[in-house]
Amino acid sequence: MSETPLDTGPNLRQRLRARGFDGVTMLVLPCVFAVIALFVYPFLYGLWLSFQPKTGGHLANYVKFFSDPFLYRTIQTTLILSLPVTILNLLLAVPIAFRVRLMKHQRILTTILVLPITLGTVLVAEGMLFYFGPQGWFSRTMLALGILSQPPSIVHGYWGVFLSLLITGFPFTFLLTLSYVTGIEPALEQAAATLGASPTARFREIFLPLLLPGLAITFCLSFVQAYSVLPSAILVGDPANTTRVISIAAYQAATEEYDYPLASAIAMIMGAVQLVVVVLVLGARSLLYRGPVAAAKG
Amino acid sequence: MRAVGGEKLSSRLWAFAVWTVVGFFILNLIGLIGSVLTSSFATRWLATWFPAGWTTKWYFSAWDEFQLGDVLWVTFEVVGAVVLISGLLGVPAAYALARREFVGKKFVVLLLLLPLLVPSVTYGIPLATVLYQFGVGGNLVGVILANLVPTVPFVVLVMIPFIEQIDPRIEAAARVFGAGTFSIFVHVLVPILMPGVLAALLLVLVRTIAMFELTFLVAGPGSQTLVVALYYAVFAAGVRAVQSIDAMAVIYMLTTLVWLIIALKFVNPTQIVARAKNNQNH
Repeated sequence: MSETPLDTGPNLRQRLRARGFDGVTMLVLPCVFAVIALFVYPFLYGLWLSFQPKTGGHLANYVKFFSDPFLYRTIQTTLILSLPVTILNLLLAVPIAFRVRLMKHQRILTTILVLPITLGTVLVAEGMLFYFGPQGWFSRTMLALGILSQPPSIVHGYWGVFLSLLITGFPFTFLLTLSYVTGIEPALEQAAATLGASPTARFREIFLPLLLPGLAITFCLSFVQAYSVLPSAILVGDPANTTRVISIAAYQAATEEYDYPLASAIAMIMGAVQLVVVVLVLGARSLLYRGPVAAAKG
Repeated sequence: MRAVGGEKLSSRLWAFAVWTVVGFFILNLIGLIGSVLTSSFATRWLATWFPAGWTTKWYFSAWDEFQLGDVLWVTFEVVGAVVLISGLLGVPAAYALARREFVGKKFVVLLLLLPLLVPSVTYGIPLATVLYQFGVGGNLVGVILANLVPTVPFVVLVMIPFIEQIDPRIEAAARVFGAGTFSIFVHVLVPILMPGVLAALLLVLVRTIAMFELTFLVAGPGSQTLVVALYYAVFAAGVRAVQSIDAMAVIYMLTTLVWLIIALKFVNPTQIVARAKNNQNH
């Protein structure tokens, strides 16, 4: 198939085949090569570059990041935005997924919910600017119904970005949760119901333990989406202040200051913080529940 | 379906609360998209529920102002190339991973998972730096290469379960009857794999049209895709009429939605976020 050392004799070929390497296995090579060239190499290069600052010693970029409040506060800003949104999305998604699972025409609802994901954050931000703006339909309806006495100031601040993450993030979280919830064998719930377990007990004793691994993964994937928010933090947020998230700091270092080593350092810190959250969530999951989970997957 | 008759008041209230939240969400979503749509056809829309009059002139002015002809052509080239290349790289790799057990397979799978778990900005910034060093930053090739990073692993991970469910004895039978590798590929594998490949590539297509961060970090003036051009238009709002930007947003929505509707004919909506979990539906 490709450049394998097959011509050095049947002996080597047989040995390779015994380990699972033959022509078909080699089909994986172009793909692996592409991922190494376009992901692993740039990532390692960025890591190396982050230790080659424009001025100062090897760690100068990291020292700069953690000593400049304008830079290190971006971690806090990002987490204050992305963690509550992710948790709220998950808290909303679970009960709704449990309802929708019993629904006959799921597809209509899931199709509507797929819309904001496919349209993306830029379009949602663009729509929000007017819809939630002082003259938009949302503010008008709230005033007309007497719920609010003056137009809410949602966009250009924390809540603008929060809402934008909710609008694009909730459908994502929900659809993932739904795919886990529908994967649970319905007979398990029926058995529990037959034995007299109340809905609350059925949820706590049957569903929750089975769902936890899926929910942990859903949390991580949703968190990654919310965490790397860039366009909406700029368009519907307050990018100089309350929504100056870490990706804005990295982006500005790269494109406005042309300081690629610093930009790479910020990008690496960004990746590291995300990794810490993901590890904590997955770790907490295994603390909460240990035991077989795969058995119930239909 | 569970019997509803025996449900208590508390669970009915609970159901009501759940549907209210869903309804509120969808209502606002429709309002949000409707605002953009209404505004793009509005002559003047200030301090009223609905615009003073209706016009289509913003579509023509947006087309000229934002050079949408060029932008759409760039988008088409980028998306086409990304779909083609990620299919060519991803499907064979998925076939190898589904059919063979080999030393280091877990490592390969982990390697493919990483680009989907690391935030795009984290690897996008070093990637942009590397692409500029190789002289492809800021042009079409760079944008295509950057977009391949999430799509190639995506195709592989969607295709692995699809290929695993195909009985390997079909290929074995073809070989027993004397078919060569090439004719097994053309007459057996291609027809069987086609639905799965089509679904995976349509998902790649929808995702690439909406892919903002990577294109944004790598694109130069002549290589912006529609979503990046829309971002710059919204970012520089005030320079141009709001309606003009909204008209552009509607054109963007239409390009995405056409493909989304086609994609939904072949895939389950949950597959757009989850990786081919509900494969039994197809």
